[in-house]
Amino acid sequence: MRPFTYQRATDAPSAVQALAAAASTNTALTDGAIQPLAGGTTLLDLMKLDVMRPSVLVDINPLSNAWSAVSLDGGNLKLGALARMSDIAANPDIQRNYPVISDSLKLAASPQLRNMASLGGNVLQRTRCTYFRDVSYDNCNKRNPGSGCAAMDGFNRTHAVLGTSEQCIATYPGDFAQALMALDATVEITGKAGVRSMPFADLHKAPGNSPQIETSLLPGELISAFSIQGRWPRSTYLKVRDRQSYEFALSSAAIALDVQDGTIRDSRIALGGVATIPWRAREAEALLKGQKFGDALASQVAEAAFKSAISRKHNAFKIALGKRVVSRGLQQAATMEI
Amino acid sequence: MTDVREKKPASGFNRRAFISGAAGAASLPLLAQAAGAENTAAQDPNLPVDVTLQVNGTAKSLNVDARTTLLDALREHIGLTGSKKGCDHGQCGACTVMVGGRRVLSCLTLALTVQDKQITTIEGLSQGDKLHPMQQAFIDQDAFQCGYCTPGQIVSAIACVKEGHATNDDDIREYMSGNICRCAAYPNIVAAVKQAAPAMADKQKG
Ligand SMILES: Cc1cc2nc3c(=O)[nH]c(=O)nc-3n(C[C@H](O)[C@H](O)[C@H](O)COP(=O)(O)OP(=O)(O)OC[C@H]3O[C@@H](n4cnc5c(N)ncnc54)[C@H](O)[C@@H]3O)c2cc1C
Ligand code: SF4
Ligand code: FES
Ligand code: FES
Repeated sequence: MRPFTYQRATDAPSAVQALAAAASTNTALTDGAIQPLAGGTTLLDLMKLDVMRPSVLVDINPLSNAWSAVSLDGGNLKLGALARMSDIAANPDIQRNYPVISDSLKLAASPQLRNMASLGGNVLQRTRCTYFRDVSYDNCNKRNPGSGCAAMDGFNRTHAVLGTSEQCIATYPGDFAQALMALDATVEITGKAGVRSMPFADLHKAPGNSPQIETSLLPGELISAFSIQGRWPRSTYLKVRDRQSYEFALSSAAIALDVQDGTIRDSRIALGGVATIPWRAREAEALLKGQKFGDALASQVAEAAFKSAISRKHNAFKIALGKRVVSRGLQQAATMEI
Repeated sequence: MTDVREKKPASGFNRRAFISGAAGAASLPLLAQAAGAENTAAQDPNLPVDVTLQVNGTAKSLNVDARTTLLDALREHIGLTGSKKGCDHGQCGACTVMVGGRRVLSCLTLALTVQDKQITTIEGLSQGDKLHPMQQAFIDQDAFQCGYCTPGQIVSAIACVKEGHATNDDDIREYMSGNICRCAAYPNIVAAVKQAAPAMADKQKG
C-alpha cells in the first residue's frame, strides 16, 4: 500500500470541500488521486493490491449520523448512503415492503463485511476480474487504458455476457445494485454545487471504449442517499454461486411484480453476475405486463433477457444458467405469499 | 517492532505538516476538527501518526504508519497475536474482532479510523481463568484442528449468537460463513455454537 494523507471529514460540507480540493487533480473518480473512505472493504483491499493508489483518503464515516437514516414516508423509501448492509438487511419494514432489497444484502459478502460495508460503497465496489486485481498483468484496459484485455482470451469463466465491449468484459460484482435497478431507484448526490439526483440506472457506465470510467459521478461528488417510490412486497432476489454462501453471483436476478387478480400489472427484472453493469432487462420484463403468470411465459421472458448475450471461451454456461435464474426468480416472486 | 508509546514521538499530524499542507490547499484546515486539536493539521503521509486504541478495556497509545490496519496494530504493535492474518483481504475471517460491539474484519480496518470505539479481541473474552462459554464449547466439541481460524471463529460465533442468528443449524452455517476453516472443522463448530448459545443466554440472565 502506498502512503496517503488521512483526513476525517466532520460534516458533509467539509467532506465535499476536501474531495473537491484534491479533485482538481482527478479526471474521473476512478483515477483515485483522492478517495472517500466508507467501510473500506473495497478500497483497502484494492490499495493493498496496488490497484487503487489514492494519495488522500477522506474518511466520511463521521457523517454516519446524518447519512445512515432509513425513512419510509407515505410509501416512499429513503436509505442513507452510510447505512451498513447488515442493518438494512435486518430492518423489518424493509423485509416486509422491499424483500428484494433485504435479500440482496443478506445474500452478499459475509456478516463481518456487511457490518462494515456501506450502501454507497457497495454500489461503487469494483469488479472482481482477476486480471484487474493482479497488477502483474499489464493488459487491463480498466486499469491501464489502451493496454488490452487479458480476460478476453484468458480465463473468463466469471466474466460478463451482457453489456460487454471489445475493450472489457468484467462483471459488475455487487448484488444490492440490482435491487435498486429493478425498483427504479433514484440516487442522491452531494457535491460542491449542492445536492442533485439522478436515476440509479444512469449511475453505472457500460465499458464501451472507456472501461476505466465506471460511473457518472463527477470528481469530488458523494452519494448521500437512495430513494424508491412505492412499495414492492412481491419482490425477491435469487442468487446462484459456486458455493452456498459468502461468494459473488455467477448469475442473479432481482425481480419485482405487481399482480392484481392474477394479472401482472407491472414487472421489473434486473440481472447480476452476468453483466458489466447492474442490468435491467426491460424488453424481457415488458412481455409480462397484462399477462397471467405461467411456465411458458417465464421461459419466453428468460429467452428475451439473454437475447443479446455474447459469450467467450469459458462463460457460455452463464447464458443457460441466467435463463434458469430468471424463470425461477419469476416463479418465486409470482407465488410469494404477501 | 513494538512501539507502544512511552514518550511523545514525532507525529504525522503536526504543526509543520499543517503549515506546509495549508500552503498547498487552502481548504484543508476545515477538515478533521473532530479528531482533536493535534489532528486539525493535514497529516504528512511520510511520518507516523499517533493512534490511541481501546483494546479489551485498556487504552493503548501507538505511533504508527497511517497505513497500519487494526490487525497489524493488534499483532505487531500491541502484541496481541490471538487475531490471525489468513488472507489480509477480507476473504477468510481469521482476523475477526469486535469493534463497538459488532464483528468486523480487522485486516480491512485502518487503526486510525476506530480510535473512538471499544475493541474486543479473543484475548479479552475470558474472565481471569474462566473461559467464555464459547471458548469452552469449542474445547468441549473439539471444534478445531490446527486452530489457526479458531480465534476468528470464536469471536464471530459470539456475535452470531448475540445477533440472534444461532437458532438452527442452517442459520448458524449461513451466519458463520464469513469464517473459513481450512481443516473443515465445520460440523464441530456448529455443535460448539449450539452448546454455547444457551449458556450465553443463561449468563446474561444470571
Ligand atoms: C471477500 C469479499 C466478498 C464479497 N462478496 C460480496 C458479495 O457477494 N456481494 C456484494 O454485493 N458485495 C460483496 N463484496 C463487496 C462488498 O460488499 C463491498 O466491498 C462493500 O459493499 C463496499 O462498501 P464499503 O463501504 O466498504 O466501501 P469502500 O471500500 O469504503 O468504498 C468503495 C468505493 O466507493 C467509494 N465510496 C464509498 N462511499 C462513497 C460515497 N458515499 N460516495 C462516493 N464514493 C464513495 C470509495 O472511495 C471507494 O472507491 C465482497 C467483498 C469481499 C472483500
Ligand atoms: S475484463 Fe476488463 S477489468 Fe478484466 S482484464 Fe479485461 S479490461 Fe481489465
Ligand atoms: S485476514 Fe482478514 S479476512 Fe482474512
Ligand atoms: S482449525 Fe485449522 S483452519 Fe480451522
